[in-house]
Amino acid sequence: MAGLATKFGSGAMTNSVAEIADNEAIFVIGSNTTENHPIIALRMKEAVAKGAQLIVADPRKIPLVKFATLWLRHRPGTDSTLLNAIMHVILDEGLEDKDFIAARTEGYDAFVQSLEPFTVEYGEEITGVPAEDIKKAARIYATAGNAGIYYAMGITQHIMGTYNVCAVGNLAMLTGNVGKRAAGVNPLRGQNNVQGACDMGGLPNVYPGYQKVDVPAIKEKFEKAWGTSLSDKIGLAATEMTGAMLDGTLKGMYIFGENPALSDPNTTHSVKAFSALDFLVVQDIFMTETARLADVVLPGASFAEKDGTFTCSERRVQRIRKAVNSPGSAQSDLNIIDQIYKRVVASGDLTEKPKAAAIFDEAAALWPAMAGINYERLEQQSLQWPCPSTDHPGTEFLFQDTFPREGGKALFTPVPFVSSKELPDKEYPYVLTTGRELFHYHTGTMTRRSSGLNMIAPEAFVEVNPADADVLGVAQGEFLTVSSRRGSIKLKARVSKIVPPNVVFIPFHYSEAAANLLTSDAMDPICKIMEAKVCAVRIEK
Amino acid sequence: MITLTIDGKQIEVAEGTTVLEASRQLGIDVPTLCHDDRLKPFGACRLCIVEISGMAKPVTSCTTPAANGMVVKTNSEKLYRLRKTTVELLLSDHPNDCMVCTSSGDCALQELAYLYGIRENRFTGAMREHNRVDHNPFITRDQNKCVMCGLCVRVCEEVQGVGAIGYAERGFEAKVIPPFGKDLDCEFCGQCVAVCPTGALTGRLWAGKPRLEGVKFTDTTCTYCGCGCNITLRTHGDQVIRVDSDPKNHNRGWLCVKGRFGYEFINSGDRLTHPLIRREKGGQFEKASWDEALDYVAKKLTDIKAENGPDALAGLCSARCSNEENYLFQKMFRAGLGTNNIDHCARY
Repeated sequence: MAGLATKFGSGAMTNSVAEIADNEAIFVIGSNTTENHPIIALRMKEAVAKGAQLIVADPRKIPLVKFATLWLRHRPGTDSTLLNAIMHVILDEGLEDKDFIAARTEGYDAFVQSLEPFTVEYGEEITGVPAEDIKKAARIYATAGNAGIYYAMGITQHIMGTYNVCAVGNLAMLTGNVGKRAAGVNPLRGQNNVQGACDMGGLPNVYPGYQKVDVPAIKEKFEKAWGTSLSDKIGLAATEMTGAMLDGTLKGMYIFGENPALSDPNTTHSVKAFSALDFLVVQDIFMTETARLADVVLPGASFAEKDGTFTCSERRVQRIRKAVNSPGSAQSDLNIIDQIYKRVVASGDLTEKPKAAAIFDEAAALWPAMAGINYERLEQQSLQWPCPSTDHPGTEFLFQDTFPREGGKALFTPVPFVSSKELPDKEYPYVLTTGRELFHYHTGTMTRRSSGLNMIAPEAFVEVNPADADVLGVAQGEFLTVSSRRGSIKLKARVSKIVPPNVVFIPFHYSEAAANLLTSDAMDPICKIMEAKVCAVRIEK
Repeated sequence: MITLTIDGKQIEVAEGTTVLEASRQLGIDVPTLCHDDRLKPFGACRLCIVEISGMAKPVTSCTTPAANGMVVKTNSEKLYRLRKTTVELLLSDHPNDCMVCTSSGDCALQELAYLYGIRENRFTGAMREHNRVDHNPFITRDQNKCVMCGLCVRVCEEVQGVGAIGYAERGFEAKVIPPFGKDLDCEFCGQCVAVCPTGALTGRLWAGKPRLEGVKFTDTTCTYCGCGCNITLRTHGDQVIRVDSDPKNHNRGWLCVKGRFGYEFINSGDRLTHPLIRREKGGQFEKASWDEALDYVAKKLTDIKAENGPDALAGLCSARCSNEENYLFQKMFRAGLGTNNIDHCARY
């Protein structure tokens, strides 16, 4: 999100999902949409059926490739070079949107200069995509009346993740494909409420509504609202917390509804870190890998047992409603947090239960983009922020007239070539990339407790190209040991052309063969994301 | 724009509107079994027939485009008779087992039989006998109940883009099957189950669960990915027994396998039910009361803060939990404990 916020002033899907059906060109990069966002993928298929051209850039032959006009199989970790080469072609052929660039952007000249080395020939050499295909992609994207880019963790979970996002933004700006209906830059959020957790200030540098903790005027506003003095020191990002736990700066942690002991890259490292804490409290609905390490485990409620709101990928705020009671003495998470809060500050009435609607109103009053949303309106319909007043219908797409940056223009940002941190070598000759599969979700805490899903996708596997399988002498279903510099796991081979030669794929749902024991915790220096999508591994039978 | 008259009422519709759509815009209820607004018109069930002035025979309104000056009748004695006969023919090859059918109360054919008062059938004769091949965990196929409306085949092809099932054979022998009559091997999105007008396709998880008696419906939002699909939880007591989605939602009623069938975790026996405390490092978890656990947590957090300062504490909030919970959690860390060490797994 840091990348988009720098360029546009705010980071979220600029378009709505329904608009996808009206795209003339769709560019999907670093998103296995069919498996990870199945319902968004339906809109893409609808657009294709209506005549849209679909470009898919992915090292794996993901299911969406079947619907694509053009498939770019670039090498893992070369996304920004591919994008830069595409933009180089657009400039060469004069396909850029000069009016948009002049009226609505800044930083153009430096950006054009930065593109110079990224010729198609260079692009082909680095990415492995034929020069002709790079040109085709440029033409399809740049000549469409409206074009949308859709990306996910395949773009961001890299050491140069922020640069990748910047390159995506540059491409949209160069062709005037942002700030319009059915044309924009669309990060697809992987979890039901990532958007909401960010919106609500679940980030170390911002209060709710992306308001910076280190800007005195903003801090003052929140101090007044919350009636207490606040720290202006930017906090630690989750990925930085691991180091802080190990070196003893962090002594106590409270983890709520997350399972980082399985989802973090290089989990051996993070498990060691959690174990080093003086005190760890985990609040969850299951005894997760993380909860096992805790000193206190608090049983929370599932989504079916509580009232509240989720904000989905398209900035849509929607109600969740209590349908059943929680098992045993498990409690609503809001109640648990409220109880601990009151006990920590030693004030407030412990017998009084918090009301979701009132807390929503409190948050909405502090963030103008949500000021017009309340439970009464949400009872009638869901609303997409920005929604500044109660008579505002919500916003279908962002940046129609202006970008929320000083001066109102979007910023071109030069994107240099940065190589992945860990490239294959003699000792670790394969590239490992990770992701999800359709039948499971994240660390599998929920889906692996569904009998049907578990029956269809019962166990971990590693996808290996038939050519590599030949070299390794491995047949379908045989066990392989996959090792990286950080760990080693044993799992079954799935021989498949979905992955190219020299690249293997492992889904990260399975704790018994956890892909994240292998992945690298090399970090993007700007947004602190870890490089889960590329690391070097060795494979033995 | 096109102007036409339906049942004596004039209406103006856009070019390309079908007679069925125009009728519905007027609030006229024309029966159908094979039509779905989200799919292309098909014209299989013949129930939506209407009489149009100047046309010799009744035509299917779902496949007839509205034309200027058209005069349409959606109801007449003749149409009633024809429709009733169609339903009778369908029922003549349909097991009469509504009492034990999962779809009872949620079945377009049952509703039509009720509407036309069909108890005895003039057309009793041979009935199809399909072998059940259901080894998959999600979808039960009871093909004897299939009315060949084609909704499942079309949704799989047109919407899901999978094409896992198709038509085979002709006439009485006609059936919908996966390739070579094998068991389903697909994405199990269950779109086919959602559009099936009868009990031919049902959710395997629904079998034997309450149908409508004592069932509560709660509109909510799916808890899996960021698509934000609107779902309706069907519950009986504290058991979640089914997940549906209304076609009017922004996800148009479409769901994926996780959203539609991945709900068993809610009532899983593995759920945490009591607070647990490990009193010393390396010790075992012990059950604790809420007050005990909450006091213990609060004390530990405040002790660490007092000894090492607020930045020795950190919190991970959750991309899985609600806005309100996340708001309160970060507020507790910032305003209650005094640190900005708060993040969540947006980066994973």
